[in-house]
Amino acid sequence: MKEAISSLVHDGDTLLIEGFTHLICFAAGHEIIRQGRKDLTLARLTPDLIYDQIIGAGCAKKMVFSWAGNPGVGSLHSFRRAVESRPPQLQTEEYSHFGMVARLSAGAANLPFWPLRNYAGTDLPGANPSIRTVRCPFTGEELAAVPALRPDIAIIHAQRADEAGNTQIWGLLGVQKEACFASKKVIVVAEEIVGESVIRSDPNRTVIPGFKVDAVVREPWGAHPSYAQGYYDRDNRFYTEWDSISRQPEGFKRYLDEFVYGVKDRAEYMKRQPDLPGRLKAKELICQGVNYGY
Amino acid sequence: MTVLAAREIRDGDVVFVGIGLPNLACNLARATHAPNMVLIYESGAVGAVPERVPPSIGDPALVTGSLMVCPMSDIFQYFLQNGLIEVGFLGGAQIDRFGNINTTTIGPYDAPKIRLPGSGGACEIAVHARRTLIIAKLDKRTFPEKVDFITSPGTRPGGRARRKPELPGAGPVKVITNMGILEPSPENGELELTALYPGVILEQVQAGIGWPLKARRPLAAVDLPTEREIRLLREKLDPQRTHIK
Repeated sequence: MKEAISSLVHDGDTLLIEGFTHLICFAAGHEIIRQGRKDLTLARLTPDLIYDQIIGAGCAKKMVFSWAGNPGVGSLHSFRRAVESRPPQLQTEEYSHFGMVARLSAGAANLPFWPLRNYAGTDLPGANPSIRTVRCPFTGEELAAVPALRPDIAIIHAQRADEAGNTQIWGLLGVQKEACFASKKVIVVAEEIVGESVIRSDPNRTVIPGFKVDAVVREPWGAHPSYAQGYYDRDNRFYTEWDSISRQPEGFKRYLDEFVYGVKDRAEYMKRQPDLPGRLKAKELICQGVNYGY
Repeated sequence: MTVLAAREIRDGDVVFVGIGLPNLACNLARATHAPNMVLIYESGAVGAVPERVPPSIGDPALVTGSLMVCPMSDIFQYFLQNGLIEVGFLGGAQIDRFGNINTTTIGPYDAPKIRLPGSGGACEIAVHARRTLIIAKLDKRTFPEKVDFITSPGTRPGGRARRKPELPGAGPVKVITNMGILEPSPENGELELTALYPGVILEQVQAGIGWPLKARRPLAAVDLPTEREIRLLREKLDPQRTHIK
């Protein structure tokens, strides 16, 4: 992880750590904080706690997003402190989820923009000059348009990958695929590294081909407090606790000192919380396989 | 409020479920009168049958046993934009006279007093769902005459009736509150009181609304929650009492 982050994530980069509730790579976010990256533009649909931590640690200058809250709990306090202060400590560029999905779809398809039917009657285009309109050359209909998003680097967590980076994901897919195809560089962080034959035995489950991946990292429990379907549950208790941990800058700093700066890697982070596997390990529920023969 | 919201769902409806109370109301509807409703979550779960009430809309319990799990681009393009969603369920920090919803900022956008989470999928749900239900507790701060920022469009964007194709859905058809139900006037789209809950008087509702509220006559009667509905909510759907008392 250390090596992947130090060689592929640079100061000033546009960084995309994706995963919609599921498969958010906290291990990579913590390593970025430990390495003290600066002036990052953070892009993500839902900044979640990981960007709240990266913002509070002083690594970011801008955030591009569509929903900045603690899901099911409330606010992201570091983010709010940064944008509610005068002058604001963080620039923002804001879309809706559909807008962000469309931006990544355009990036992944190598198009300059993506059309969508949206935003009529709202104040969002007024708040963000990059939300524009385009006229359909066939029907004359005016559609909303958003520009392609081409991050410098995407970091994606996955259940399994082989050493070449062929990556398989199941459960909520979010925009993991679009994120990888839209980004210039890609790091895949996997719960397990499996042999190529395992990947080849079930090719429909592959979301990202190895040749689009620049680094593969094995990191069990790398998504905690987010989750990995079939491996461990979301740590809803921690998401709730984060509200009081981060409400004041002092509590936020204490957390970072203990669980980010105070450990050298994810293995140590897990050692510090020996209750996690017992509390969150997933039950087994195996699907019926399919016949790929012909 | 949750029970009344649940009753608005018809069996067989394809419903786009939001976080919080809408989530609870949909799961109550599924457990009672609407076992054939199809729960769709923006996270990609279609036909979800969560065994626990999901604390977030990306919960793993939405995946287990669902009919389909697809990328978010499919959800927004093939389901929502394609007109397949019948009911969208939204909440908000501010809801105004014309059903516009604000989940972006309190105060000016560039210098917010309170920075709220933003749209998420709410804007596109309000644009595309064939009918939108809003659920919110009455309070003058929650129901101002005009919202500080329009995140999700209401009944009269720019003072005109909603037009296709840019606003394909009907917009908000009901606002379910803790004291009564508001619906847009057929003449001008302004929200007016159409039902009062038992034991509530008009003045109490007006106290939580920032514009002179019109009441439709006669007001519709509302049945109290049944014992079964209350028991389901308290014992099965929200045992931690996150959303209900």
